[in-house]
Amino acid sequence: MPLSYTIAVIAIPLLMFLFLGLVGVKMEKKLTGILGCIGMLVTTVLAYGVALTYFFGTGEGQVSAEGVRQAVTVFNPDWLSFSKTLVVRMGIMLDPIAAMMLIVITTVSMMVHLYSLGYMCDHHGHAEKGFQRYYAFLALFTFSMLGLVVATNLFQIFIFFEMVGVSSYLLIGFYYESPAAIHASKKAFIVTRLADLFFLVGILILSYYTQTFDFFGSDVNGIAGLLDNPQSSVAKAGATTFMGCSAMAWALTFIFIGGAGKSAMYPLHIWLPDAMEGPTPVSALIHAATMVVAGVYLVARLFPLYVIVQGAMDIICVVGAFTAFYAAAIACVQSDIKRALAFSTISQIAFMMTSLAVSSADGKLIEIHGGYGLGYMASMFHLFTHAMFKALLFLCAGAIIHAVHSNENDKMHGLHKYMPITSFAFLIGCLAIAGIPPFAGFWSKDEILVAAYEKGLGWGIWMSMVAGMTAFYMFRIYFLIFHWKKHEVHTEHEPSDQPWTMTLPLIILATISIVAGFVPAANLVTWDGAPLHTQLNWTVAGSSVLIACVGIGLAYKMYYKENTLPQRMADSCRGLWTAAYRRFYMDELYQFITHKVIFQGICKPIAKFDRAVIDGFFNMLAEVTNTVSFGIRKLQSGSIQGYVYVYFIGALLLAAVTAMFVIF
Amino acid sequence: MEIFNNPLIYFVIVPLLTLLGLALCSNKGIGAVRAVAVAGATVLVGLAGWLVYLFLQARGAGDTSEMLLRSDVVWYAPLNIKLALGVDGVSVVMIVLSAFIVFAGVFASWKMNPLPKQFFLWFYLLSTGVFGFFISIDLFTMFMFYEVALIPMYLLIGVWGSGNKNYSAMKLTLMLMGGSAFLMLGIIGIYFHSSTDGQLTMNILEIAHNDAIPHDWQLWLFPLTFIGFGVLGAMFPFHTWSPDGHASAPTAVSMLHAGVLMKLGGYGCFRIAIYLMPFAANELGWIFLTLTGISIVYGAFSACVQTDLKYINAYSSVSHCGMVLFAILMFNTTAMTGAVLQMLSHGLMTALFFALIGMIYGRTHTRDIRDMGGMMQIMPYLGVGYVIAGLASLGLPGLSGFVAEMTIFVGSYEHADVFHRVLTIAATCSIVITAVYILRVVGKLLFGAVQNEHHRELTDATWEERLSTATLIVCVAIIGCFPNFFVNIISDSFLPIVKALGAAI
Repeated sequence: MPLSYTIAVIAIPLLMFLFLGLVGVKMEKKLTGILGCIGMLVTTVLAYGVALTYFFGTGEGQVSAEGVRQAVTVFNPDWLSFSKTLVVRMGIMLDPIAAMMLIVITTVSMMVHLYSLGYMCDHHGHAEKGFQRYYAFLALFTFSMLGLVVATNLFQIFIFFEMVGVSSYLLIGFYYESPAAIHASKKAFIVTRLADLFFLVGILILSYYTQTFDFFGSDVNGIAGLLDNPQSSVAKAGATTFMGCSAMAWALTFIFIGGAGKSAMYPLHIWLPDAMEGPTPVSALIHAATMVVAGVYLVARLFPLYVIVQGAMDIICVVGAFTAFYAAAIACVQSDIKRALAFSTISQIAFMMTSLAVSSADGKLIEIHGGYGLGYMASMFHLFTHAMFKALLFLCAGAIIHAVHSNENDKMHGLHKYMPITSFAFLIGCLAIAGIPPFAGFWSKDEILVAAYEKGLGWGIWMSMVAGMTAFYMFRIYFLIFHWKKHEVHTEHEPSDQPWTMTLPLIILATISIVAGFVPAANLVTWDGAPLHTQLNWTVAGSSVLIACVGIGLAYKMYYKENTLPQRMADSCRGLWTAAYRRFYMDELYQFITHKVIFQGICKPIAKFDRAVIDGFFNMLAEVTNTVSFGIRKLQSGSIQGYVYVYFIGALLLAAVTAMFVIF
Repeated sequence: MEIFNNPLIYFVIVPLLTLLGLALCSNKGIGAVRAVAVAGATVLVGLAGWLVYLFLQARGAGDTSEMLLRSDVVWYAPLNIKLALGVDGVSVVMIVLSAFIVFAGVFASWKMNPLPKQFFLWFYLLSTGVFGFFISIDLFTMFMFYEVALIPMYLLIGVWGSGNKNYSAMKLTLMLMGGSAFLMLGIIGIYFHSSTDGQLTMNILEIAHNDAIPHDWQLWLFPLTFIGFGVLGAMFPFHTWSPDGHASAPTAVSMLHAGVLMKLGGYGCFRIAIYLMPFAANELGWIFLTLTGISIVYGAFSACVQTDLKYINAYSSVSHCGMVLFAILMFNTTAMTGAVLQMLSHGLMTALFFALIGMIYGRTHTRDIRDMGGMMQIMPYLGVGYVIAGLASLGLPGLSGFVAEMTIFVGSYEHADVFHRVLTIAATCSIVITAVYILRVVGKLLFGAVQNEHHRELTDATWEERLSTATLIVCVAIIGCFPNFFVNIISDSFLPIVKALGAAI
């Protein structure tokens, strides 16, 4: 299939959005859903065709003589010219990670489109209010996300960053009558906007020095792209330093902050758990599989630059490793299953971030098995597998929530008997994320750990520990939902597996989660396009499986059957438990800063100052004018005697003054 | 008369003819008034389209002269005052903007009551002034049209306004007249130094060409003219007419005022203050740059706590118009192009905002967001329109605000010194604050539960309201999706100005 079909992959969701948004409102609800699914199916088929052609084809310009897979620019027209050289283009570029992302996005999006046909209906099968709007927004999101991954330049990524941000805002706030949803959507948008501000400043610094936004130089102006020769791009900033760091380090750090906002890295993670107020399929698509990895994707995209600027890379490494642990710790105690999954997502994305960052030391890539950039490959591989099993877990959670009408796990328990397919699918998801072979997560996580150990023993042990926690908290959730004790039926009907539209995606994703580990990612998705020779490191693999099993065993001991052990453990360290449950009070901190400091401390005084001082000054001018004119109008009294009197005095004064001039 | 061969003059003649037509309408019955008003607005939009065509054709044919469609008619020979017409890319897009806003404004005031005929009379007089200002390049003519645009404001707010309208009308008029007093001093000063060979002139091109204003005079005249226009451009600390004025003004007047009239300020700043006095602009630019930098952040923060919809948008205008002047003072083509894009963008989206607010107010009779909620359920069309306007305002790609702001930021970043860097980054922060106040309003006004049960009976937009808002939304989206079309028209117009600035250092 010609690679130019990528244009259709991007265009169809956009047309779908416009069509459903403008015309769909007047249409039968179910029909819009079916149309949305058909559109998405076509997109998915095309995307697979394009991606497979890219990976396995040998067409013109795709693979160099040395077997290195090249980036192919399909389409790149000018969109906005800032100056002669600085031009924003809207293009399509395929390289290994872009092609991989096409598959990830369309697969998950397709599953979510299908699943939502069932999920967005009540128990009688009637579509919910706003069904058309929902599908329109899904299409908008899919378009924006696809546009983001195929971007040919940094500014295009920024544009689509904003677009996915707004789609996320619209979908989180889908139930716009609920105050919690409004609040969550607002929070998500503003936090990511704050991060995007840094991203923007980063782009401004970067483009000021390099005079380009493009990743690869275009034939049009002959200016080298950012990644054509990373060394010279970094060198363009020269010796400019600010507060001890080079301009390039600042730029790349700021760009990373932009990515950290979208990817929910500490301390910009606070929006993601709240974003769970959106419909669950949306959480699966946007807040688990695709949009939240945009930050990882961004860093991966600029990876050749980050490798050289080690300072920025170190920041990523520390932030990633800390976030992975922090989120995992919180996930261990959450009672809302979607929030627990959200923290699990944060932790896993931090894994990917760390994995990218551990690929290099001292401005050079670390060599493993004679190849370079294992961490990069592992990160992208984990991104791929994680998208599949995390989407699966969320869709299972959606099915459960749909069945029991609650997010809290104390309303669930013992569902295995009622929802066997869902239970089985969830188990596969848990095994995959815990890293048990042969499930998908094992393969990708193992390589991340290898890369981490190669960077330093400390990094490796830390990440292994987090991997163990992952296994524990996932199985904690699993056991609490499906076992623990007999289910008490809370609603008028018994929970059961959901209709086929919802079950089929679970089965498909579960299958992918089993087999995805065997995708030869090392040959396909590498930082320079050249195949990477990896081999299983038995020490790391064995120990990580062992740690995962310990985590699972512990979860089994604590949560399989109802017992008082969890309660006793929570009581024994009440303070820590509460702190973790309240997410270490980060939300309270943000609340304090936004409400008390910014709103009460800055906005209100400024508004008061404006009315009282500035406006007061102009009002005073008017008042003074008024008073003075009232005062002097007495001079115009109309009385002749008065005028003659003043005239006489004036004449005398004039005479006196003249006389003085004459005399002296 | 040869002047009638110049298409530009029709931008003044058409509103005047509409005025005449309106005057002939009977006082009773609104039908004829509407017909005449719509006809006038439609012809103006058509003319604007034709002007773009003529402009592109001329530029395409290789006509690189600074001003196109030039003609001169002597008005008063002893003082060498002429009616000098001419347009460059910036004036063309400003004329197009004005035409569309007049068009949308007519439909937004469809049910104007009382005295519809008189309302439209003043409305079209104001439009005459606006168009006249943009087509002329002679200081005297520009100033005259500027005053023609300002004065009707007093009556439009005083008679058809709401709330504390007498105070607001008086305040707005006095502050703007104060500004024009400065301006007049500036213009007279410029006139008397316009040439060294004794042939004084009011023609901007000739003054710029002569470059005869002594430097020490420039240092006096530049602040006078810049502040004169800056008042209209809502520059801190001369912006306080804006919240009160907008709050009391009727819908169409708010639209026209924020949409077009405030643009006269930005336009005048670079066309007269900076272009004619580049030396002083280089010397004193930093003072005004600081003020406009303050405007941007200050307006945005103030908007965060307002509860009246019109106050929110008035302060948001202070912030956005601050961005226009800020960009103009960056003295490079990229930022100045961004300034014009921002004028277009702000004009359209603020007009859209005020139109929607007017429509909501017309139904609920309140503009306080605390008394409203859940409007999205009751009036989905207006709700969606408001969300789109909000997204344009906070800079969503694909809508006009993003393009304008990004061009400004990239242009501003071309200055590498610390002073410009700090101000630029402060200005960039406004994108977050804007998001805060926009989402706050959207959340309170449109989403959530219905606050007032009486509101459930309200109806959604009527056809003329839909037409008015849809026109503006489409314009906003076109600029946002195809910015290069506008950039190509605009950017060359700044070359002479940037050149003059560069030569005057």
